[in-house]
Amino acid sequence: MKIVKEALAGTLESSDLLVKVSPGSGTGLEVVVSSEVMQQFGHQIDHVVRDTLARLGVTAGLVVVEDKGALDCAIRARVQTAVMRGAEAQTIDWSALS
Amino acid sequence: MKLRRSMLFLPGANAAMLSTAFVYKPDSIMFDLEDAVSLREKDSARILVFNALQLPVYREIETVVRINPLNTPFGLPDLEAAVRAGVDVVRLPKTDGAEDVELLEREVERIERACGREVGSTRLMAAIESASGVINALAIAKASPRLIGIALAGFDYVMDMQTERGDGTELFYARCAVLHAARAAKIDAFDVVWSDLNDEAGFLKEVDLIKRLGFNGKSLINPRQIELLHNAYAPTEEEVEYAGRVVAAAAEGERKGLGVVSLNGKMIDGPVIDHARRVLQRAEASGTRK
Repeated sequence: MKIVKEALAGTLESSDLLVKVSPGSGTGLEVVVSSEVMQQFGHQIDHVVRDTLARLGVTAGLVVVEDKGALDCAIRARVQTAVMRGAEAQTIDWSALS
Repeated sequence: MKLRRSMLFLPGANAAMLSTAFVYKPDSIMFDLEDAVSLREKDSARILVFNALQLPVYREIETVVRINPLNTPFGLPDLEAAVRAGVDVVRLPKTDGAEDVELLEREVERIERACGREVGSTRLMAAIESASGVINALAIAKASPRLIGIALAGFDYVMDMQTERGDGTELFYARCAVLHAARAAKIDAFDVVWSDLNDEAGFLKEVDLIKRLGFNGKSLINPRQIELLHNAYAPTEEEVEYAGRVVAAAAEGERKGLGVVSLNGKMIDGPVIDHARRVLQRAEASGTRK
């Protein structure tokens, strides 16, 4: 899936996260994560974000994640939504979201 | 016999509530993709609910997704998400006739086949929200073997009737019609939400009414209504004690090969035994009434 425009998903409420995607500089994939629980879970959040992007076939763009203590399922959901909005996807391949 | 006293509504776009609602232990949790979600967040709520449904904790509680009506652009994508995520029950809003349920059933079966889910494993419920729906309640209740129940939705119904919520008089016919349809079809019946969270006495008065009418339970909009509702539906100690003696007498009668037995001179037959079992089930779920 190719990110063609800037898009947001999520909120900055507790137990949620805000994900911002953009096409970036066109030189590959860059993921930037900040979190209230960075020390304990930063590595896990980064892993979930990258795994979700890989399943969606995203190989290029800038993905900025501001986490407020979300569960993995919410992280996946917000990344998926931001990517679909950024890719202007009209249909969903549900198997890529499982 | 699944106990369905409390069906807790959760806004589908709210990550915090979706991540924690199971701790409140309602009988069923309903993820709402319809009225509780703004138009610009329909896509994000759908994807959030799809992911939340796959949390292991939601395998231990009955899950329901209220989709948008199928005649909107959101209905079918909602249904794809819910069925593919393994939801237990799909709740259809604004059901006016049997054909609405039949269309839903066809689409559910199509999705089950497409994703490899066992055909028939997705159950349905229909919410009746209009005068037409109330008039057609029996046909709706019998429209599909997948239906586990029908619900009355008060707000849209009173709007359609050109009235407003009051002391319950305005809902009396609809409640009775929906309830009779459900009972004739041997499925569950759910009452309207109580929206004034600060009026606990009004909530309990309404719960007492719908319990005496015969509703299985109520749709709820706040976790703090769960314990109040469960307690109101809990039997008294005397009722539990009597129900225990009824079930014991029935077992003894069955052991002796008797069709009908008596307890303290009163005949105990099938309906009495079924009622006693329901009393014991409610007591097991939440104790006796406090």
